[in-house]
Amino acid sequence: MDCGDEVSWQMQNQNLNYGGTEARRKLILGVFASPWFVRLLLWLAPILFLLSFFFFPLSKILALTFDPATFTSPNNLQIINHALLFTFYQATLSTILTFALGIPSAVLFSRFDFRGKSLLRALTAVPFMLPTVVVAAAFNSLFNQNGLFSFLIPNHLIPNSSFIILHSAFPLILTAHVFYNTTIVIRIVGNALSRLDPKLEAAARSLGADNFHAWKNITLPLLCPALLSAALLVFMFDFTSFGVILLLGGGSVSTLEVEIYLRVLKLPNLPLAALLSIVQLIFTILFSILYTRTINQVTAQTAPGFSLARKPKTLQEKTFVTTLCILLSAFFILPLLSLPLRSLTRLEADRGQRGEVQYGFTADYYKELFINRRGSLFYVPPIQAAANSLGYASVTVFLSLALGYPAAYALARPTRLEKFLDPLIMLPLGSSAVMLGLGFIISFGRALASPFFVPIAHTLVALPFVIRTLQPALASIPERLRQAASTLGASPFRVWQTVDFPIIARATLSAATFAFTVSLGEFGATLLLTRPEYPTIPIAIQRFLSQPGGLNFGQAMAMATLLMLLTTLAILAIEKLRLSNSGEF
Amino acid sequence: MKRFKILAAFCLLLSACAPASPRAITVLTHDSFAISEEVVKTFEAENNAKVSFVQSGDAGAVLNQAILTKDAPIADILFGVDNTFLSRALEADIFEAYASPVLSDIADEFKLDPSSRALPVDYGDVCINYDKNYFAENNLAIPQTFEDLAKPEYKDLLVVENPATSSPGLAFLLATRAHFGDGYLDYWKSLKENGVVVVDGWETAYYTNFSASSGKGPQPMAVSYASSPAAEVFFASPQPTESPTASIVTSDMCFRQIEFVGILKNGQNKSLAQKFVDFMLSQKFQEDMPLNMFVYPVNKNAKLPDVFVKFAQIAESPAVISAADIASNRDAWIETWTAAMK
Repeated sequence: MDCGDEVSWQMQNQNLNYGGTEARRKLILGVFASPWFVRLLLWLAPILFLLSFFFFPLSKILALTFDPATFTSPNNLQIINHALLFTFYQATLSTILTFALGIPSAVLFSRFDFRGKSLLRALTAVPFMLPTVVVAAAFNSLFNQNGLFSFLIPNHLIPNSSFIILHSAFPLILTAHVFYNTTIVIRIVGNALSRLDPKLEAAARSLGADNFHAWKNITLPLLCPALLSAALLVFMFDFTSFGVILLLGGGSVSTLEVEIYLRVLKLPNLPLAALLSIVQLIFTILFSILYTRTINQVTAQTAPGFSLARKPKTLQEKTFVTTLCILLSAFFILPLLSLPLRSLTRLEADRGQRGEVQYGFTADYYKELFINRRGSLFYVPPIQAAANSLGYASVTVFLSLALGYPAAYALARPTRLEKFLDPLIMLPLGSSAVMLGLGFIISFGRALASPFFVPIAHTLVALPFVIRTLQPALASIPERLRQAASTLGASPFRVWQTVDFPIIARATLSAATFAFTVSLGEFGATLLLTRPEYPTIPIAIQRFLSQPGGLNFGQAMAMATLLMLLTTLAILAIEKLRLSNSGEF
Repeated sequence: MKRFKILAAFCLLLSACAPASPRAITVLTHDSFAISEEVVKTFEAENNAKVSFVQSGDAGAVLNQAILTKDAPIADILFGVDNTFLSRALEADIFEAYASPVLSDIADEFKLDPSSRALPVDYGDVCINYDKNYFAENNLAIPQTFEDLAKPEYKDLLVVENPATSSPGLAFLLATRAHFGDGYLDYWKSLKENGVVVVDGWETAYYTNFSASSGKGPQPMAVSYASSPAAEVFFASPQPTESPTASIVTSDMCFRQIEFVGILKNGQNKSLAQKFVDFMLSQKFQEDMPLNMFVYPVNKNAKLPDVFVKFAQIAESPAVISAADIASNRDAWIETWTAAMK
């Protein structure tokens, strides 16, 4: 992909910015207004945060466990080589498949209006935060002989469907990755698509370009930063995939992350785990550098303030919209639907005969959630779990936006400093949660039991998302608009309010959604000591699923339904905000 | 300066006379730990103490953390090291020796550490659970030995956990190792040919693959605990008169997991920590455990709840491998198993 076309233009803009009127101000403000000082100021908070909660604990644990002797063992090298190859293989395939579904979906959501659009878009984001165990149970209850699928299609039409589904680990892993990560493409690429000024493409067409050339020469280069951002995030998520691989692969296949987990916890060999972590970190930096090198900011004409989405008109468009809607519903809504369904049904196989299982709808599992039957100290009241989850998520959103905004702002107009810092931003995504968790424990000790560490850990994972979402949007703001506004006498805040804000509002809300779902899904949970005083919904689900019995399974499904409902509502609310903010409709 | 000294002395006097603020201890444990609030409150009231629990992953994760933070421990007590990890904990020397007086109420078979650094608290047998309905309906006899499981009539019927990722999986591997000796790999190869399904962990095996759980999976036999049938009854509404599952507890078919507690070196409030260990071994705590964690008490005097008496089973003669043997070979056994099952 060619993304470097407009760099020189961009640089001219920057030169313009620091000439003229700027000189007079410099006299007064002296060093404080120097671009370097401003940049350092922008970076201060995010760097301090990463230093204290990422680099410090991680380097401490690596320094403690790393042993150069592990390099020389051929056995170790073989383990690393094996894991690395599989990691690359599955991550590449998963990313390609995710884009195959994500790009058309991004076009669908950004260019067309149809009934149920916001709900469908919200639902595509729900898998992102569901615990892997729950997703596996959902898929299973969809396809097994008593599942939703057999409600819809009689069993004899699809013989042994459950067998096929459960016994082919690799396709299942790929499917799960697509199920989890499509939302990243939809949000990041979809945002960029809806920011594009359609006049550009129209102009190209009126100058004689056909659809293909208009797309190739205008749309694609302008979409480049967003495509790369999304690709990097999806690839990183697949590259460090853990739960999906472990759960669906049954321990027979290992990514680097799974191998690290095994070498820390199951076949303890901390030096090997440290070496594996370093390999994973090095690749994370390599990807990020590759990304930074390729991307060279493209400044696009933007079209804030009105929506490009419209009702499908031609037959072709209608077919596209209908097919994709059906596909997305089948892929996202059916498995998700099986959760609430299972939370409301009882399968009385224990007394009835096998094969003629009695179905009964029941609200028992929800009622049971409110009863502390065993008087347990570790009982999780559902309301409190929901409140805790929401509380942590809100703090995570606030923290990651507060830290991510200045960083993204600096990254949008990169200097040499940013070129250096940029790859470091992605590192938290590429570091093993298990190793970092140990680092936290040896660095913070007893203090770690404090509830403040929960949103901090979540922010660590959310920050790369927030920055990667905000950065392309901030980069797309034409400097000329800002200059025009300040020439006309607008204060810096007024410039921000009238120029920047309308353009970044959409991206900010996307970023907030990511941070929110990351937190609700507890991605950083392995980092921490959990205290029974502050349970969250995923912890409650885990508790129920760790013991046998119908009530436990039912309550786990009920809690998962609650989590799903909460996220869907939150995402819908955020989308509502976005509509009223940018004045669409 | 003088005035400061007087002030300091006065403060000291005040604090000595004021009712002592509760002493605090922290118990580090795994995610599966659970206990009744009332039981903890009783201890806190009797000892003017505040007990906090921190959980951090599974038993292996927790032990790792305890070893890494040996010099400045994040807790005062560690509960949840089992006999497959015991030697590792003892070698790392993280525990303080404490010969609790309550040990006299505990059968010797559970006291695996003669130095009394790790004290037994509970045990549970890892066995195969089966779906009663499936076997009744298909007129299939319940397998009685490991050898039976490799027979063609049980093809594709068993799900086990990967010993590299799961503790019941490891326990089951150890049972086969104890039974077959060095021939255990050949046995596993025959199981593989007979369609044994290997999954990552207990949750998947039980809730996704096992046919008698609410997940309604495809396999009617799963590696779980001998107490799981009791949980199936206890966690059903309304409670049935019979459990949908049962365990195969014939000789050698189960592995007994024993969980230990120890006082961490360099911890705080040692005397209080000792009191809490006594308390964990005492009747009150021991009788509370079964319904919270579905494990058996080690204290002879502890009475079992009804649902345990009726539905939970105990292995007739569980497989025996010494903790030292496990410690020196577990990694090798797991790795050769992994290679053989690929």
